[in-house]
Amino acid sequence: MNFVTPDFMPAMPEIFLLSMLCVIMIIDLFLKDESRGATYVLSLIALIATAFLSFSNFSTESITTFNGSFILDPMATILKIAICIIVVGVFIYAKDYLKDRNMYKGEYFTLGLFGVLGMMVMVSAGNFLTVYLGLELLSLSMYAMIAMQRDSIVASEAAMKYFILGAIASGILLYGMSMVYAVTGSLDLATINKAVSGADRVVMSFGLVFIILGVAFKLGAVPFHMWMPDVYHGSPTSVTLYIASAPKIAAFAMMYRLLVDGLAGMQADWQMILIILSVLSMVFGNIVAIAQTNIKRMLAYSTISHVGFIIMGVVAGTQAGYGASMFYAIVYAIMSVAGFGMIVLLSRAGFEAENIEDFKGLNQKSPWFAFVMMAIMFSMAGVPPFLGFWAKITVLQEAVNSGFLWLAIVGVLASVIGAFYYLRVIKAVYFDKLVDETPIQASMDIRLTLSLNGMAILALGLYPTVLITLCITAFTRAI
Amino acid sequence: METIVFYVFSTFMILSALMVITVHNPVRAAFFLVLTFFASAAVWLLLEAEFLAIILIIVYVGAVMVLFLFVVMMLDVNLAELKKGFVKNLPLAIIVALAMFAMIFMVVGGEQFGIQKFAVPERHAADYSNVSALGQVLYTEYVYSFEIAAVILLVGIVAAISLTLRRRPNTRHQKVEDQVAVKSADRLRVVKVETQPRKHTIANAEVEK
Repeated sequence: MNFVTPDFMPAMPEIFLLSMLCVIMIIDLFLKDESRGATYVLSLIALIATAFLSFSNFSTESITTFNGSFILDPMATILKIAICIIVVGVFIYAKDYLKDRNMYKGEYFTLGLFGVLGMMVMVSAGNFLTVYLGLELLSLSMYAMIAMQRDSIVASEAAMKYFILGAIASGILLYGMSMVYAVTGSLDLATINKAVSGADRVVMSFGLVFIILGVAFKLGAVPFHMWMPDVYHGSPTSVTLYIASAPKIAAFAMMYRLLVDGLAGMQADWQMILIILSVLSMVFGNIVAIAQTNIKRMLAYSTISHVGFIIMGVVAGTQAGYGASMFYAIVYAIMSVAGFGMIVLLSRAGFEAENIEDFKGLNQKSPWFAFVMMAIMFSMAGVPPFLGFWAKITVLQEAVNSGFLWLAIVGVLASVIGAFYYLRVIKAVYFDKLVDETPIQASMDIRLTLSLNGMAILALGLYPTVLITLCITAFTRAI
Repeated sequence: METIVFYVFSTFMILSALMVITVHNPVRAAFFLVLTFFASAAVWLLLEAEFLAIILIIVYVGAVMVLFLFVVMMLDVNLAELKKGFVKNLPLAIIVALAMFAMIFMVVGGEQFGIQKFAVPERHAADYSNVSALGQVLYTEYVYSFEIAAVILLVGIVAAISLTLRRRPNTRHQKVEDQVAVKSADRLRVVKVETQPRKHTIANAEVEK
């Protein structure tokens, strides 16, 4: 048998991250609890270097290696950089929160990095095996991260729920994959794409339904959303930060790889299913969020509605539509990490600022962070000139261009409903009386990062063209 | 002959799989699961997947199920609590299960996967080795997936250790490593005792008086 050594260069960021991870784990073993900061700093360095390596690996064409199990295209590069940068933010926000609650252990960072590795594998997966393995790598790290707060009953419950439901979803995804494998005879996405037209239609759509179900669970689209509010609420905020941001980018990539790279020939079938998921998510997420008083739960339902928009871009079914969807996923992650960052900022040892009431009168305490909170909320609601507005408008535009006018109208109506609960938080921040007089105790690095994060939402909102064109050309140039 | 073996093991597999979900006692359910694995290993053997069949028995029956039994036996599972609602929900469960079964059967039944659609796989020669065939692709064609699977195992180790390891300095436990590393100087202290006249012999003499 002749075997050609695969080209390792395209996978350099992953290989580097894994090597750094092993080094960090070994160093962390020998560190005393007082010098745990070294693990933190090393993790940040590893992430930034991985982002840089991904950037230097950029290629306008689509490169495959490892016998097609690895794809490097512009989308993969951009998403990998976005994931790394967002997780840097997550780690910075999480550090003091973990310290105050006696959870400051090296495992948080190593498991977080393992999750990043899993996301990167998912983003550039070329066959069913790598999609699934990347997904499991990410999910296992997240289950463990949630369960690490072992004395908390809610955290254990959240971890259990997430683990069991996640395992069922993975099983269903695998079942769908096995069906597609049975009729196309291949695990390779590109080969499957060619074989779709000749394959048995009934079995293919059967497999497709199961695959979409698995993807919808990971994204948290209605009706597979039940785990999200409980898991977001139950996990320590340091972990909610993580699971609510970057994994959604990876889930979008997984959806794209499976449905477009692999099953583009079934577009008419999956469009119908995705429309249902999209409409239900947007409407249900926004309406139920109104009833929430806990801000973590509220953000969970808001995530569900954002997922509806991400799916809407894929429904459009054009290259520009996928680009809009990808832009939305990145924007969502930026907003989400900022939103949960605000909770961390206002929390302190022995106090969790997780109710909307805790945000009352923030303006009197700190006008600057009140402004940042306003930027985040307006952006999530989709008010111009903030970043979230552009994300919503590009997705809606692409939906209209593809002839899904009514879907766009539903999306707009749902956002109008959603604006209510975002505005309620802004009202609490600006117009309500200060309840909690204790000044903000967060350290300088959190303040700085959060300010930067808030500024990014405003600045990218004022000059959105760079990021939008980057996302859309990522698809148009690749094919 | 082969057909008879296939049907015997398949019947065993389906029946024991049904028993897994219907028996009340979790320990028995675990044993039926062992039987299911065993029967499916036999079916794999008929498909000439000897290596996978053996791995299924070694890993699942030998390791996973034994561990599972340990857990089931150690936990205090409240059987009455588990049984509650079983009979009440049974009719609905049967209807849903039958409907699901019928729908899945229509898709994965003989019509789509029958012999006319998929040719009978070729028989391999007697010297054909499963293991070398797997080994050849595992480290070449599938090396990327193989490495990621290894990383997943590493995550499992890290997660298991970080979730279970907790240092409790207040408990009174033996420190074996300290006990082994102990030197005679740590345990034995030689004290110089001044010699004195033997008082107790005098005292004894007084008692005798």
